[in-house]
Amino acid sequence: MLTILFDGVAYGMLLFVLACGLAVTLGLMNFVNLAHGVFAMGGGYITALLMNRAGVPFLATLPLAFLIPALAGLVLERLLYRWLYGASQLDQVLLTIGLVLMAVPAFDYFLTDQAQQIHLPAYLEGRIEFHGVSLGAYRLFLILVCGLIAALLQIFLVSTRFGAQLRAAVDDPRVAAGLGVDVERLFAVAFATGSGLAGLGGALAADVVGGVDPNFPIKFMVSFLIVVAIGGSRGIAGAFFGALLLGVLDVAGKYYFPSIGAFIIYAVMVTTLILRPQGLFAKGGA
Amino acid sequence: MSAFASDEAARVSRHLLRRRRWRPLEIAAWLAPPALILIFPSRALLINEILILGLFALSLDLALGFGGLVSLGHAAFLGIGAYTAGILASRGVNDPLLGLLIASALAGLAGLVTAPLVLRGADLTRLMVTLGVSLLLGELANRNAWITGGADGLDFTVGRLFGVFALDFTGRRAAALYSFVVLFVLFALARRVMRSSFGQSVQAVRQSRLRAGALGVPANRRLIAIYGLAAAYAGAAGALIAETTQIVSLDIFDFHRSADVLLMLIIGGPGYLYGGLIGAAIFVGLRDLISGATPEYWEFWIGLLLVALVSVGRERVEAALARFARRPYLTRPGEAAP
Amino acid sequence: MSGGTGAALEARGLCKRFGGLTVTDDVSLTLAPGARHALIGPNGAGKTTLINLLTGVLAPSEGRVLLAGDDVTALPRHARARRGLARTFQINQLFPDFSPAEALAVAIAEREGLGADPLREAGSRGSIVAEIVDLLGRFGLLADMDRATRTLAYGKQRLLEIALALACRPRVLLLDEPAAGVPERERQDILAALAALPADVAILLIEHDMDLVFSFASRITVLVAGRILTEGPPEAIAFDPRVKAVYLGEDAHG
Repeated sequence: MLTILFDGVAYGMLLFVLACGLAVTLGLMNFVNLAHGVFAMGGGYITALLMNRAGVPFLATLPLAFLIPALAGLVLERLLYRWLYGASQLDQVLLTIGLVLMAVPAFDYFLTDQAQQIHLPAYLEGRIEFHGVSLGAYRLFLILVCGLIAALLQIFLVSTRFGAQLRAAVDDPRVAAGLGVDVERLFAVAFATGSGLAGLGGALAADVVGGVDPNFPIKFMVSFLIVVAIGGSRGIAGAFFGALLLGVLDVAGKYYFPSIGAFIIYAVMVTTLILRPQGLFAKGGA
Repeated sequence: MSAFASDEAARVSRHLLRRRRWRPLEIAAWLAPPALILIFPSRALLINEILILGLFALSLDLALGFGGLVSLGHAAFLGIGAYTAGILASRGVNDPLLGLLIASALAGLAGLVTAPLVLRGADLTRLMVTLGVSLLLGELANRNAWITGGADGLDFTVGRLFGVFALDFTGRRAAALYSFVVLFVLFALARRVMRSSFGQSVQAVRQSRLRAGALGVPANRRLIAIYGLAAAYAGAAGALIAETTQIVSLDIFDFHRSADVLLMLIIGGPGYLYGGLIGAAIFVGLRDLISGATPEYWEFWIGLLLVALVSVGRERVEAALARFARRPYLTRPGEAAP
Repeated sequence: MSGGTGAALEARGLCKRFGGLTVTDDVSLTLAPGARHALIGPNGAGKTTLINLLTGVLAPSEGRVLLAGDDVTALPRHARARRGLARTFQINQLFPDFSPAEALAVAIAEREGLGADPLREAGSRGSIVAEIVDLLGRFGLLADMDRATRTLAYGKQRLLEIALALACRPRVLLLDEPAAGVPERERQDILAALAALPADVAILLIEHDMDLVFSFASRITVLVAGRILTEGPPEAIAFDPRVKAVYLGEDAHG
């Protein structure tokens, strides 16, 4: 029971790192980025390839799994995304579906459709007994790393000048621009950071989800959207609780009610959206 | 000739009824599919697919192009239609027309029931709710294998149309012609409904909800109605898939289905009824062409097309195309039809 | 309880608060049938908010709206429109892809209860066509009747706003700055259209142009910061020192 809760929390934390970038793009630019999973997949591939082909140790690959997707995010943001900030959400959906459709065959073409497995270092494998509860070492590692990232993000947003500007821009971009905030640069940096975190999440997730393959963006798009739907499109905290809830529900659901499986999660998503169109953890009001 | 009190009245009436007549180009276009089916029986399967996907895209056009309701889960209704027809056939109710009618009615009902959810919130909520509903239904079909066949799919035998024409693989031509007739009848109906007072008021709601409400148009009721109609059309498309392939599998609910139909409609252009059909022909045609050379990777090119289309700006592309080859039905009011 | 005053439109104690901000504060207003009433006040006085409360775009925090004596406070806006409450918008709310004839057809068909007819077109009904021609003629839109609304000159669009409201055959018409932003040479058309509005329709006009207000209205309400400052005939308003103070700023106090 506790083990399941623990696994669920670990999975939820992972989902948070994967999806928080999406929550930021949605909250900040009101931009529907269905291609968010592409960056996560990129991070997963970077780690898998560096480990399997170049023998780089797992931990050493993680910075690159963050930096390269972040850079790619920055480039795409400048090239394509920024033109559609004011556009209809239909256009945003179309652009990003287009990107997914391009990315999936491209990864398939260059890297085959075989899932890339990663082999965790020995110190992250195995289980740890803790007060009679058996905890997977890697799960514990995930909770620590993702928790650290979440905490850093929160501190960053609450107590730095950049964070304050970001929050101001989320509340009202026009007012923020009027106060001299360079909203466009803010958007670009936030977008790149979110993409980088997705990449890092993808790298961390590679083991949990049984390797990365080119269909990753589509498989996980739904999970990301559920996190954002439950958490509300605004704010890191909403996404954090949304991710935890989804993680625990998913793991527990698969364990206790294997026969209805994903049904629970979809039902929670639809119910949330019906009851609270702005998200379960969104601030009150319209 | 003048049933009207004045020349002005005759002019206004002519203007309002300008889309009533079928233009020569339209008639020619509608003659093409049956001719192709008869001349190239070996391509009947491909043409059948285009016709059915065209109907599916037409259905999305009713919701999106006319009602302004975006959806990322339109496959929900395709799936309801397909499974209804399939389950009926597997339980012995295998008259194709009856199956089509029941499938379409059930899907339409599902549309009416889910429409209030879709009307809430902004586009983003709408996209997620529609996606969520289709995933939910897919999972439901997956878990109720006793009736749907689950992951193995459901295969069955459909009876002969009017007791004469087999619709299975041996009757590919008959199947394609059947799909064609269904598509044409439903298209002609949609064409009429969209010109009617009801259809015009739906379009009014899309263009300005505020003004439509101020004129007394009950916006929500109209949108629910058009969404239900769109769902019924999608259900008919699903039933056609089931009846002409005689198998239904879970992938009918896939996100891919919903995304593809959106792409088809966007490629062809929403809001003038022909967009979905043109888009389906381009989409399936491209796939056939490209996958001959590089199977598996053809979606890359569709993706590229989409990114280019959106980046250049859909309105600009559509305006350029409209200038290039005047569309038979679209002729925006401003262009004063000849 | 029903009003029983014979008023075409009555607002009783309307309040609207957004969070802690009160934008409409205890506003009561009565329009007799056929009234020519103007609502004036400086920018931000809450004039458009009041119209939105009357028409049901916004729900009031307190107070009631009565249309011909019936309480319509709980009714959605399309139901109020059907009971004879029409409006124009300060910022054009038109159907950009429709021609004026098509837009009017939608309005008339809806009024006649044909809006849900899925088969017949408005253009095949002689009475609707005749009424469209009549409205187009009265607002000088006949020549442009088949052009997309978004391609019309701004002044023509303003006229279409009024024509659409009239197509509802209203008992009460709320005009939200009908002449706002209209270039001078098209302005005369708007003024003529206002002067020719049917005498039996009660009209509430919001306008900044004082010449227009004083030539049009037989009664004027002055709204300041969400409250009614004063109400009376034009002569009284014109010489009211408080109104001058509001419009001229502090100088007028001297």
